[in-house]
Amino acid sequence: MRAFSYDRPDGVDAALRAVAGQAESGSPGSAQPPVKFVAGGTNLLDLMKADVMRPDRLVDISRLGLDGIEETDGGGLRLGALARNADTAYDERVSTRYPMLSKAILAGASAQLRNMATNGGNLLQRTRCYYFYDTGTPCNKREPGTGCGAIGGVNRIHAILGASDQCIAVHPSDMCVALAALEAEVRVTGPRGERVIPFAEFHRLPGDTPQIDSTLAADELITAIDLPPQGFAAHSTYLKVRDRASYAFALVSVAAALELEGANGATIRSARLALGGVAHKPWRDREVEAELAGKPASLETFRDAARLLLREAKGRSHNAFKIGLAERAIVRALAEAAGVEHP
Amino acid sequence: MSQPTGSASLGHAQQQPAPPPPDLVEVTLTINGSPKTLHVAPWTSLLDALRLQLDLTGTKKGCDHGQCGACTVLVDGRRINSCLTLAVMQEGRAVTTIEGLARGDALHPMQEAFVEHDAFQCGYCTPGQICSAVGMLEEGRATTDDDIRELMSGNLCRCGAYPNIVAAIRQVMDAQATDAKGTDAKATNKAGGPS
Ligand SMILES: Cc1cc2nc3c(=O)[nH]c(=O)nc-3n(C[C@H](O)[C@H](O)[C@H](O)COP(=O)(O)OP(=O)(O)OC[C@H]3O[C@@H](n4cnc5c(N)ncnc54)[C@H](O)[C@@H]3O)c2cc1C
Ligand code: SF4
Ligand code: FES
Ligand code: FES
Repeated sequence: MRAFSYDRPDGVDAALRAVAGQAESGSPGSAQPPVKFVAGGTNLLDLMKADVMRPDRLVDISRLGLDGIEETDGGGLRLGALARNADTAYDERVSTRYPMLSKAILAGASAQLRNMATNGGNLLQRTRCYYFYDTGTPCNKREPGTGCGAIGGVNRIHAILGASDQCIAVHPSDMCVALAALEAEVRVTGPRGERVIPFAEFHRLPGDTPQIDSTLAADELITAIDLPPQGFAAHSTYLKVRDRASYAFALVSVAAALELEGANGATIRSARLALGGVAHKPWRDREVEAELAGKPASLETFRDAARLLLREAKGRSHNAFKIGLAERAIVRALAEAAGVEHP
Repeated sequence: MSQPTGSASLGHAQQQPAPPPPDLVEVTLTINGSPKTLHVAPWTSLLDALRLQLDLTGTKKGCDHGQCGACTVLVDGRRINSCLTLAVMQEGRAVTTIEGLARGDALHPMQEAFVEHDAFQCGYCTPGQICSAVGMLEEGRATTDDDIRELMSGNLCRCGAYPNIVAAIRQVMDAQATDAKGTDAKATNKAGGPS
């Protein structure tokens, strides 16, 4: 690791002063802002050891007191940005009202890592693309303009949706897939005041600027993640498909949530569907969700939805298998959420 | 990783001049029950501080990237990977390593169970496995063997001693459950290192 200095400010204002003036460099996850917040450290320190991130100064925000989980006025929950992933997943309000979110968090990393990792850090974790980690290879996300090692290289874990000719990386988080399906909101503070970013607008597609992961500016701090009251507790699930049974990133994952109505809940009233492991951001398709509404909760409906969602999926030399895998995972997740028997 | 690397890499084509000697930061930690004050470079991981400065080499470095669990220690009773945190970030906290689990000559029940069940071969992953298992029982989320496998998945064993590791943990878990039925007081005083 390169040399850097370390600071532990005693309040949010002091933390913001420490990163003031670096908004121009893009998001905290992008390019090389000289000052970085460190929360759990599990992604940033890893990337610093690999020499992928090279800050001069770390600002430790883990003791700012933003680690509570509280009720919101509207009947939802506010998850502190510095609350640990394990504490969030095991919080009884989260696990009973938002079981899909608990399941997604617990499907990620290991128990030790979840004890360290924070909610804000989870949102801003960077891709696990092998070339991004390997400073001996070109990578537009790490060093803009150098090219993409994965296009034409080994791309088994890469995107099938929303990729660009600059970058085909995927966002690796499990938690974020559930947050996308729940339509969470990210609460942020910075020199321009507070703002709320809808989850669908928090992460971005790579386009021509794959070095920018999110719409958060480099001088902003995430303070909390708000969950709306609707948690889909009765009919939802998170399904993660990976190379080993535990402690591996998703090849494909699905957060599926339904509201059912009619006799025995035979009809879908509304649906939420988000995919992980397939794109540069948690992938949500409102057209597919709208298409599901009003349909019978049946395998046929789910298969149609899966095919529609994947209509523009594009496989590359090693990851084309993800298209079929995603199709089957969507069907299974929706069937599980609906309580419909599936093969 | 305890040395700054000034080496050239893509995008940093110019060789950097040798970095100046680091400003050391003072950190006070409670290590296995005793307060210790260290002077470390900010980039010293907790793992390197334990092994290189405190000579507590029981905690192992397997991958140094959070991928193997060999470096697992307990911080304020919770298991974490000591390779992915900085020593300075743990200021004021209590760290329990494998060296701190026994009470005098009496092994911790988890250590005894690992010996009894032959839950290792080369032993490299074992300190991390044992600290992780102690942390897992403290968390109290496991009831079945499958729970143990899932919640211990952050500890890899290249020798494949998994079946015996699960058996060893199971034994301690069952003993604690029986204990808890007998005396309520004991349940709150279970494994977690010397206090
Ligand atoms: C071996 C391994 C396996 C893993 N497996 C999985 C997996 O299967 N699924 C999964 O989802 N994740 C997985 N992870 C990733 C893990 O979930 C993330 O590393 C973790 O969530 C990051 O949180 P942190 O608090 O440690 O972030 P840090 O490393 O401290 O920070 C990450 C980034 O976020 C920024 N940041 C943090 N908090 C804030 C804030 N409040 N405001 C603004 N910026 C902030 C930091 O500046 C930094 O850029 C794995 C990690 C490892 C090492
Ligand atoms: S896919 Fe993106 S992260 Fe991976 S090498 Fe290409 S540009 Fe870099
Ligand atoms: S050395 Fe820390 S997890 Fe491998
Ligand atoms: S006993 Fe050898 S690695 Fe586990």
